[in-house]
Amino acid sequence: MEISISGAKVYGYIGPDIPVLGRFPLSETLIVSWIVMLAITLFCIIITHNMKVEKISRRQALAEWLVEVANKFVVGNMGSKFSYMVPFVAALFSLSLFSNLVGLLGVRSPTADLNTEAGWAIVVFIMITAQKIKAGGFGGYLIGFTKPIPLLTPFNVLSELSTPISMACRHFGNILSGIVINGLIYAALAGASSALFGLIPGAVGNVLSSIPILDVGIPAILSFYFDWFTGVMQAYIFCMLTTMYIANAAEEG
Amino acid sequence: MDLLAKGIALAGCAIGAGLALIAGIGPGIGEGNAVAKALEAIGRQPECKSSVTSTMLLGCAVAETTGIYGFVTGLLLIFVAPGLFIDKIV
Repeated sequence: MEISISGAKVYGYIGPDIPVLGRFPLSETLIVSWIVMLAITLFCIIITHNMKVEKISRRQALAEWLVEVANKFVVGNMGSKFSYMVPFVAALFSLSLFSNLVGLLGVRSPTADLNTEAGWAIVVFIMITAQKIKAGGFGGYLIGFTKPIPLLTPFNVLSELSTPISMACRHFGNILSGIVINGLIYAALAGASSALFGLIPGAVGNVLSSIPILDVGIPAILSFYFDWFTGVMQAYIFCMLTTMYIANAAEEG
Repeated sequence: MDLLAKGIALAGCAIGAGLALIAGIGPGIGEGNAVAKALEAIGRQPECKSSVTSTMLLGCAVAETTGIYGFVTGLLLIFVAPGLFIDKIV
């Protein structure tokens, strides 16, 4: 049974040829990301359609519950002066969650491409730096690297730069490992099934051994951990780390 | 590159991938410790089980990071690195 484990397919290049960057690649990641964003937007429009004050419908109850959960998460972790962060964190969580789970529908998750997480991590890194500069001034931000001892400055700089790298790589590594292990399990079970049913002599054996019968059901049990649990956990952890880093950056000034 | 050089490079990739996955020891020990402490806490105070469990899972997922670094390195060495110097892999 042959398997191919590869990166996201690039469907073509569009646009003009910029000197250093080249042309703009239209990859599978981008197209599935657009589909996920469209799906989330449609979901939000549907559940907030025709809202009332009294006698609310079930859709509105769902919308209100989601807003409550997001508020409790952000304000509980960061304090009430960061209530403007709720839409950002909720959008990040829903994008990450749906991107991880769209792999169950057969397409490749956009989060299996490091570019997606790198984009989110860079945005979060800019927000953390902005909070630090707002809390202590630009001079205070630079001097903060030399505390507690000026000798530790390179280590402080390194740990500061490793924050977005580790956030992105943690999320990417978990999702990619799910895809790779699922692919290997499917191939292994298909091979085992064809070997097992090939033992039946005659035409029945020939037909049965070309259908991967053992692929039904068994990979689903592993998919509970690799797709569902890992997808939800990594989205939650990315948002939890975002809130914690930003809250820390604001208070140490 | 001639055949011997390509063979050595492929062997290096394979050995490197095996060495990279030694990084799996760390999270195994660390998360085992974390679960042990969580079980102690639940044993002392059974009514805080759900809060302790969710905090423990959160901590385990953060501690898993270095293991994932090693795993991704191993994956890259097996699937991506040979494609860079071999024209066709049978």
